[in-house]
Amino acid sequence: MNVTTGQSTDAARAIAAGRRSRRWGAWYVTEHRLRMMRTYTGTVVIAGIGSPLLYLYALGVGLATIVDANMGPDAVDGVSYLVFVAPALLATAAITVASEEFTYPIMLGYKWNPTFTGAAASPIRPVQIVDGVVYSVIIRMLVNLVLFYALMVLFGAAPSPVGFLGIVASLLGGLAFGTVIMGYTSTLQEDTGQLAMVQRFIVLPMSLFSGTFFPLAVFPIYLQWIGWISPLWHATELARVFSYGYAEPIWLTLVHVAYLVALIVIGWAWSRRIAVRRLNS
Amino acid sequence: MPAPVIVARDLVKKYQDFAAVDGISFEVASGESFGLLGPNGAGKSTTMRMVGAVSTRTSGELGILGLDPDVHGPEIRSQLGVVPQSDNLDTELRVRENLLVYGRYFGLPRKLVAQRADELLAFAQLEGKEKARVDALSGGMKRRLTIARALINDPRILLLDEPTTGLDPQARHILWDRLFRLKEQGTTLLLTTHYMDEAEQLCDRLVVVDKGTIMAEGSPAELIRAHSTREVLEVRFGSDHNAEVGARLARAQGADGHRVEVLPDRVLIYSDNGEAELVKITEAGLRPVTSLVRRSSLEDVFLRLTGRSLVE
Ligand SMILES: Nc1ncnc2c1ncn2[C@@H]1O[C@H](COP(=O)(O)OP(=O)(O)OP(=O)(O)O)[C@@H](O)[C@H]1O
Ligand SMILES: [Mg+2]
Repeated sequence: MNVTTGQSTDAARAIAAGRRSRRWGAWYVTEHRLRMMRTYTGTVVIAGIGSPLLYLYALGVGLATIVDANMGPDAVDGVSYLVFVAPALLATAAITVASEEFTYPIMLGYKWNPTFTGAAASPIRPVQIVDGVVYSVIIRMLVNLVLFYALMVLFGAAPSPVGFLGIVASLLGGLAFGTVIMGYTSTLQEDTGQLAMVQRFIVLPMSLFSGTFFPLAVFPIYLQWIGWISPLWHATELARVFSYGYAEPIWLTLVHVAYLVALIVIGWAWSRRIAVRRLNS
Repeated sequence: MPAPVIVARDLVKKYQDFAAVDGISFEVASGESFGLLGPNGAGKSTTMRMVGAVSTRTSGELGILGLDPDVHGPEIRSQLGVVPQSDNLDTELRVRENLLVYGRYFGLPRKLVAQRADELLAFAQLEGKEKARVDALSGGMKRRLTIARALINDPRILLLDEPTTGLDPQARHILWDRLFRLKEQGTTLLLTTHYMDEAEQLCDRLVVVDKGTIMAEGSPAELIRAHSTREVLEVRFGSDHNAEVGARLARAQGADGHRVEVLPDRVLIYSDNGEAELVKITEAGLRPVTSLVRRSSLEDVFLRLTGRSLVE
């Protein structure tokens, strides 16, 4: 007798019942993640408004006064320092969210509070768990970025009418960095300080050498490569193109987009692969 | 007879060269309560994960509800309720929320999930704890919440991996009572345990597993009848004399055709009449510190089959 005839009413019922999760499973994971994030909504909103306020004020108003006083109103790149720095801060905000949401929560889901294992025992497939996590971070990132952009407009830091496209650029940057970090975190069986190292030796240098506070070109050429591989630099340059019409060759703009999309595809696929391997042992 | 809901044939799971499950075959009928009894490392959880369609088998055949887990994993899992060996509740959510998010995983409408969540919280005797933090629950309550979560999709088969390990006796009895109710309602149960009393209470039929293979199969009563005597005499002589006296008894009683097991702390004599053996021992001039005549249990079956105790 064949053990898997697939003919019984039981089998037919199972196949009908599995249909919705096969299609929508990732969104059920997103629902779960958003509910978890709700436990720290306060932090999300306060960080979402507070940190741009702080940065825009300190850099865009404080530091800008000195820069503009010394270099004139067209201080950097032909615009005021505030306008120059604001899109970079927007992109940085996306990176910050990514470095929060794609590190510890992933470790948590696999290991410390293994909700991924729990989900994998339901009809949800491992790849859908990864997708669901990514969708939920996209939603949280958008909330932060929209708040940030609104404040930029208030500060007069986003002169172009298409400046809001900087939100999309920043989102791409956040995901490009985030999905790769998620892949890396997924490979960890144990956190023996690796996640703190990511903060210290990747996130921090990235924010210093990505043309955030001054153009990448001021660095000697042997340091500029950090910017070229940095998703933050590509996202920042892209956001600047939209925000104040920063002039760069069109091919370079396309390179920014292509590079960020490529990282997202690679990081996302990597994370999915590890999820399949790890949740089916 | 209706087709079995679980069929395993020569099921093997290898990790590199090591076979955690090494050719296991069994069938579970609808409504049956089937147990895997075995010591640590026997391969119980590994078997459960394969049946739960979260671990791909290395070889052998496996059919759950007539479907192959390699092909129809999500479909099979839609019909299962899973209580894993260690709880994986979401500790960042509240008690009731855990049921709500899990119910959605099965694609069930929110209203239905909410209604079932309330019913199941009552079933799991967790009323009043809806908004509690998971971390604030006792071990027994967490376990009941995990069972409630496993029932949110009204499963055809409930998989329970060591449902009461680590619980105090009272919490275990509450849990057994809940599982007994499910059994009465006709839910198919597949459970693992290394407690013989649990297996005796809950299983219609079970297999004794050791080192990834099946040692024996049958109902608890059948297994005891086949592999042990009606009664067992347990005598203790204090740890200093146990081995020495045990060896002497093994010779004497063994000559009478009785099996004798010398354990580190006591000596077991298998006989259909335990009292008679005790009389013989005292007549021979031996003075046990304590003595006890009891009925044979699955523990004795296990000892017989493997030469080892279940709980080490
Ligand atoms: N992912 C894995 N990789 C390598 N070896 C594994 C893996 N999972 C289980 N094993 C090994 O397979 C054997 C059986 O493990 P399993 O967890 O199935 O035992 P068990 O009967 O459930 O024991 P316990 O009563 O301790 O839960 C053990 O020796 C274990 O070390
Ligand atoms: Mg186990």
